[in-house]
Amino acid sequence: MNVSQYKTKTFVLEVFAILLALLFLAPFYLVLSNSVKTLKEILLDAASFPQIFHWSNYSSVWKMIDFPQAFWNSLQITLLSVLLIVLFSSMAAYQIVRRPTKFNSFVFLLLVSAMIIPFQSLMLQLVRVTSLLELRGELYGIVACYLGFGMPLSVFLFHGFIKTVPLELEEAARVDGSNPYGVFFRIVFPLLMPIMVTVVILNTLWIWNDYLLPVLIIGGNKDLTTLPLAVTKFFGQYTKKWDLALAGLVMAIVPILLFFLSLQRYIVEGVTAGSVKG
Amino acid sequence: MKRALVARKGWSQQIVFLGPCLLFFLTIVITPFILGFYYSSTDWNGLDLNKAVWTGSANWSRILHDDNFWHSLNFTLRFTVISVVIANILALVLAFLLMGALKTKNVLRTVFFMPNVIGGILLGYIWQFIFTKGFATIGDLTHISFFELPWLGTPNTGFWGLVIVFVWQTAGYMMIIYIASLAGIPKDLIEAAKIDGARPHQLFTSVYVPLIMPAITICLFLTISNAFKMFDLNLSLTKGGPGTSTQSLAYNIYSEALINNRYGLGTAKALLFFAAVSIITITQVLITKRKEVSA
Repeated sequence: MNVSQYKTKTFVLEVFAILLALLFLAPFYLVLSNSVKTLKEILLDAASFPQIFHWSNYSSVWKMIDFPQAFWNSLQITLLSVLLIVLFSSMAAYQIVRRPTKFNSFVFLLLVSAMIIPFQSLMLQLVRVTSLLELRGELYGIVACYLGFGMPLSVFLFHGFIKTVPLELEEAARVDGSNPYGVFFRIVFPLLMPIMVTVVILNTLWIWNDYLLPVLIIGGNKDLTTLPLAVTKFFGQYTKKWDLALAGLVMAIVPILLFFLSLQRYIVEGVTAGSVKG
Repeated sequence: MKRALVARKGWSQQIVFLGPCLLFFLTIVITPFILGFYYSSTDWNGLDLNKAVWTGSANWSRILHDDNFWHSLNFTLRFTVISVVIANILALVLAFLLMGALKTKNVLRTVFFMPNVIGGILLGYIWQFIFTKGFATIGDLTHISFFELPWLGTPNTGFWGLVIVFVWQTAGYMMIIYIASLAGIPKDLIEAAKIDGARPHQLFTSVYVPLIMPAITICLFLTISNAFKMFDLNLSLTKGGPGTSTQSLAYNIYSEALINNRYGLGTAKALLFFAAVSIITITQVLITKRKEVSA
């Protein structure tokens, strides 16, 4: 009696949850299905399933935004930034934990407090600083910016994790004659794997999706246009070429969605670890 | 002699390990931030800094009479309160739903989290299409007045449009945090409360909520600061329109500087923005932290 009651209740909840999920997915369906329609068909009926699949929307957009180039730009910027953030922030966090001098503790406090600063509060001056340093319009310039903005949270996450790494391991390596760099790169760095996954995922998601920083820093250099920047082309004030715009949207979304679906388990864990510690 | 060597070694290690991090952090974050205090009192137009004249408190008194600024502050506060409440309630409901014995719970968790991996700028464009074309078509077919509203055409519907998209984007992320927190509650505690005869709502307010308070602190912090700083979504969904009725604070600063070319004034607004974000988030964290208990 009790068991069957429980089952019906669960079943009702399950149906409710699935309906809610379909509602959540509906926007994606509308974008996907309309991206293979002609403009006329979209304007007439945006809800119906496409009668004929017009893949030409995709091939036009592919050429119009030079998709391979934009994809490559986004990939390059994201990969370089994330790799260097992982390297530099883990080293910094290690030094701060293992040598807690007054200066190092102050640096940590500064990094953590900087997390509150909204991007808008420094973007105008950043444009100025990056111009002076000739970082604007350059690949290494935008990567340098991501390093600066990625550092606080990443150092914070590594810091919390390194505190739990037992010192004995390092002492043993020292006794065996390893120098400080050897200790870090051979012993400590591999141990940081779990939190590294989190740092990689959190930084990849925001850097890949970022819009305003690329506008300000590489806006003038068309050769460095990232995917999100490329797609905004279709959303000018007076153009309503939905057929092309939707195909462009799908093409911009697919790479990051594939990244998510293939690493889904780690991403969910990484996000949890990142926020609980944050 | 030996001590000096050790000390020098210490220095080189300090520079190698901390140097790169400090270099980028100081150049990209701290220097611009400090410069802001100077620029906020000049009439800098974004072009020639040498011609930026010190104007004292002129920018500040100008902000006092800037209706647009106060309107966008008001808009942002309203948006933050409403969307934070809705997003967190929905996230909690989803977390409780997907905690239990549902067969599809893993797939559903993925689905609800999905909007989060896509950037705000693209989400805004997706919904621009849904609101203007998708809803219109559904409205024509079903004549449900909800779908027939001019979604991005009036200040009021534009506001709710932004809330809908923000909640759609954020709820899944917060759901994941709440699930992790709920999973950490010892089962016997819930059992004990049930045996003591706690009703469902008592179970929720007296057992679950106090125990997941750390997660509530984090989720509120994240949603409040994200909602208060909303920019991408605002830019791609409504462009602050119609008029400037749905202009968020972040977007107001952006347009002041980059469209009106008033960088000095923009910097002053940006400093106020920073102060507001800090006060609001720190207050929230202090309040909710105090309510945290340990199991």
